[in-house]
Amino acid sequence: MNTQPLRLVVDLNRCQSYGQCVYAAPTVFRFHDEESLEYDYAPDAGVRREVERAAVACPVQAITLGGATEPAPVACGDDR
Amino acid sequence: MTGAGAAGLRTGRVVVVGASLAGLRAAEALRDEGFTGDLTLIGEEPHAPYDRPPLSKAVLTGRLACDHIELPRIRDIGARWLLGTPATGLDVPGRRVELADGRQLAYDRLVIATGTRARRWPVEAGGGLAGVHVLRAREDAERLRGALAAGPRRVLVVGGGFTGGEVASACRELGLPVTVTQRSAAPLAGALGGVIGRAAADWYREAGVDLRLNTTVEALEGDSAGRLRRAVLSDGTAMPVEVAVIATGAVANTEWLAGSGLAADHRGVVSRGDCRAVADCGSTAEDIYVAGDVARWPHLLFPGQLLRLDHWDNALAQARTAAHNLTRDPGERRDHRPLPAFWSQQFGRYLKSVGVPAVADQVAVTQGALDQRRFVAAYGLKGRLVGVVAVDSPRVLDGYAALIEARAPFPPRLGATDGPDRLDPVDADFPGRDAAGVPQQDIHPPSAPAPAQTAHR
Repeated sequence: MNTQPLRLVVDLNRCQSYGQCVYAAPTVFRFHDEESLEYDYAPDAGVRREVERAAVACPVQAITLGGATEPAPVACGDDR
Repeated sequence: MTGAGAAGLRTGRVVVVGASLAGLRAAEALRDEGFTGDLTLIGEEPHAPYDRPPLSKAVLTGRLACDHIELPRIRDIGARWLLGTPATGLDVPGRRVELADGRQLAYDRLVIATGTRARRWPVEAGGGLAGVHVLRAREDAERLRGALAAGPRRVLVVGGGFTGGEVASACRELGLPVTVTQRSAAPLAGALGGVIGRAAADWYREAGVDLRLNTTVEALEGDSAGRLRRAVLSDGTAMPVEVAVIATGAVANTEWLAGSGLAADHRGVVSRGDCRAVADCGSTAEDIYVAGDVARWPHLLFPGQLLRLDHWDNALAQARTAAHNLTRDPGERRDHRPLPAFWSQQFGRYLKSVGVPAVADQVAVTQGALDQRRFVAAYGLKGRLVGVVAVDSPRVLDGYAALIEARAPFPPRLGATDGPDRLDPVDADFPGRDAAGVPQQDIHPPSAPAPAQTAHR
């Protein structure tokens, strides 16, 4: 099982507001107003399967999930 | 290309200055391109790369917290990250970056992706008062979010571009009274011209925004404790305000390049079509590449000027092209010539654009009508289609994009079922043009933030 933190981004130039992601992962994606997609870039890892389904279902493939296994970078003061 | 030469291009030390969208994607693309050498990212902000567009939208209204906008890192990059340590100087012949903490970082090849920042209000005119905000970074959004959540009696937004409109829209969603001042005759006029800008003015007014056109702010005044209390406008109004948001555009982060010999100023860093930086003397600076909001470069589809795009997708595409060219022999380099695109979400509308409307001389509504919720407008320059704006019509743009790429004539022949019987091109009415419609300066189409990025946007 993938235990990495879940991170995603939607290319809103590509998004055409089909809303398939909203059906697949309603706690992560939603429409604000009629056509404007809003979403959580860092949802709880427990919804990973729903988010992966949303990424597959997107008709214009606008959703990208993080694939890095390295820890997130931190400011210099934090690691010295 | 011989194997030995290619290997040389994919080893050594690469320093990426700037650790936001363009810097991160450039670093990832370098590894995708087979770069196996030392990779360092330098970032002024103390955060892992995050996305800026939500800062002026869902973050301000409280629907999305700032720790939920971190960008996904697409792949492992094995890089050294120096976050919270801005670069302060560049020694081109010595191939060294100077950092604010005094360190010097040697490189073999360099990527400049330092982006832009919000233009600030002058301190002598009240810019230092508590309650005067800009919006570019996470901290800016958190501060402004807190100020709006406290329920000020009125918010003043200075500037009716994309960032100003999005902030005003968020204020109205929060139920806050808001005044927007705009120097020209319509909001969004600098990016989209007065014709579409006048339609946008209706969105402002329907949302209950007090929109003051052809109006500037003469002074922001505070109380004895240094808190913003009053704004004096050029129309003679003095209004009580507790929060002001300065949304008057972006300035390129190039101070660290002063004296470096690169052609860089507040407008950006001049670069070639292949993303290589240009020196003051006009020659190409070898081994220095530029990507993202900070770059100003010539685009074949929009000749005669340097483009600087505060656009989200431009940061991605230019980062990829810079990384590709940095790891390739000259014969394998390619030009960065994307079809620009941006979006904005404001006043309940999803506005998308392709091409560069800001260079146009004429505009024509091609689908719907300006007083309808959904419409599409095409922009032409000297009889050629150069840009399109679509409001709440996100599915039509691919077709228009292909026409712009094909240098299709303007007005375009579409035959859209929801189009007017006859296209009626009119002067696009961009402010600051001479009679011939020629831009008096380089074109910097604003967008959603970054500040826009833009648009973003």
